[in-house]
Amino acid sequence: MRKGEIVTLIGANGAGKSTILKTISGLLQPREGKVFLEGEEISALAPHQIVARGISQVPEGRRVFPELSVLENLVLGAYQRKGKEHLNELERVFELFPRLKERKNQPAGTLSGGEQQMLAIGRGLMARPRLLLLDEPSMGLAPLLVKEIFAIIREINAAGTTILLVEQNAHMALSIAQSGYVLETGEIVLSGSAAELVRNEEVRKAYLGL
Amino acid sequence: MSQFLQQIVNGLSLGSIYALIALGYTMVYGIIRLINFAHGDIYMVGAFVGYFAFRAGLPLPLVFFLAMVVPALFGLTIEFFAYRPLRKRNAPRIAALITAIGMSLFLENLGILLFSPDPRPFPRVFTNEPIHFAGGVTISIPQILTLAFTSVLMISLTLFIRFTKTGKAMRAVSQDAEAAQLMGVNIDRIISITFVIGSALAGAAGVMVGILIPRIEPLMGIMPGLKAFVAAVIGGIGVIPGAMLGGMLMGMAETLVTAFISSTWRDAIAFGLLIVILLIKPSGIFGSSSRTKV
Ligand SMILES: Nc1ncnc2c1ncn2[C@@H]1O[C@H](COP(=O)(O)OP(=O)(O)O)[C@@H](O)[C@H]1O
Ligand SMILES: [Mg+2]
Repeated sequence: MRKGEIVTLIGANGAGKSTILKTISGLLQPREGKVFLEGEEISALAPHQIVARGISQVPEGRRVFPELSVLENLVLGAYQRKGKEHLNELERVFELFPRLKERKNQPAGTLSGGEQQMLAIGRGLMARPRLLLLDEPSMGLAPLLVKEIFAIIREINAAGTTILLVEQNAHMALSIAQSGYVLETGEIVLSGSAAELVRNEEVRKAYLGL
Repeated sequence: MSQFLQQIVNGLSLGSIYALIALGYTMVYGIIRLINFAHGDIYMVGAFVGYFAFRAGLPLPLVFFLAMVVPALFGLTIEFFAYRPLRKRNAPRIAALITAIGMSLFLENLGILLFSPDPRPFPRVFTNEPIHFAGGVTISIPQILTLAFTSVLMISLTLFIRFTKTGKAMRAVSQDAEAAQLMGVNIDRIISITFVIGSALAGAAGVMVGILIPRIEPLMGIMPGLKAFVAAVIGGIGVIPGAMLGGMLMGMAETLVTAFISSTWRDAIAFGLLIVILLIKPSGIFGSSSRTKV
């Protein structure tokens, strides 16, 4: 992956996309192969050490802490940051997602699906990551909301965060990514620039429904 | 009426003991979904540390300090050497449960080996002279101490869980451990802290019981441990206020049954009542059916 890009990883349900993200984040150990971040091997590190190196994950299914307030969820996103450092980030997250600010004292479990996705992304940003891993941010959301979320992903990227975007919604993902990988049963079968992938015959048939 | 009020006071001081032990059960369960059967014996460790500290003539605050720190180290060590290796290997839950029972037997037999199985009188630290209140209620100094110190501990714990960074991380881990790790929470550290806090609270309860009863023995942790565990389940296992309430209810039920019905029926009725509560609300008073929380 190149710095500053949005890279997408597309593949059908069960292809192993989430497994790859969990391996990067250190929740799973690779049976074979290694994970590198800017030349440093990070395969054997614990999840909190990976976060310390600037990789945040927004997991599939949002996974907000339902009984913590919106604000507490966000503050936890900045768990490793010292003192009041995170307050700037909080401002930024509230600018990106004004609805979270309105609901900051509400338990996260009472938010709608779209709001929970915003919270999950905002929470991921609180660590000020260099690399943000997004696992199916469009899952279960209405098309209009998906558009909104994708616009924000682009905005986050424009502000300097590298993004690895995992999606089943290949169409949306390829529309904002610079490059991508196609995953089938745990193997990368195709890779290239987003423009190439959109033109690719197999991708069009299998993932874009064209 | 005054008899009834008197029993309420007695029930609250016994309930304090159960509640303090129940907190350790519930916090550990909330974090790693393990019923730590060695927890009752940690309370026994606290009682013995208190015993020797008093015999050495140490002042009360220092006695409590030691009787909390030493059990905390026991809890920390047991977690590190017995439970953590199982967790790292993704051992099935039953393996952890059996290990917990093993740790319990280990502590009990270590106690018997070191201190003999015979009960020993706890040093008399306070006069037995009760304080009389309006309405014929009397409260002894050990009871006042128990109620006061239990309140302090519970309030501190509640504030800690609610407002500190570590407390928030503990709640996050209990709601979704994997997501908490993705936030950068070092889960091993949180688990260690949970064992330290739970064991320290049990240790404090051990000293209080020594002062209240006042008699200790190496197997003293078994019954209170069991009752505190049931109390935690009644309140909703994994829920901190639930353990507090469940413990108080347990102490109250036991005291009232002893006073107004018969001491032979004490445990049967106390447990029976709890079964009734669980029939009405299987997840416990504060438990949510879908999820457990700290
Ligand atoms: N490289 C792989 N080799 C073997 N099994 C895998 C591999 N990647 C994923 N799996 C298994 O496939 C299943 C689905 O994987 P998951 O990552 O959840 O898929 P996705 O996120 O693409 O829907 C999981 O049970 C996982 O253990
Ligand atoms: Mg997935």
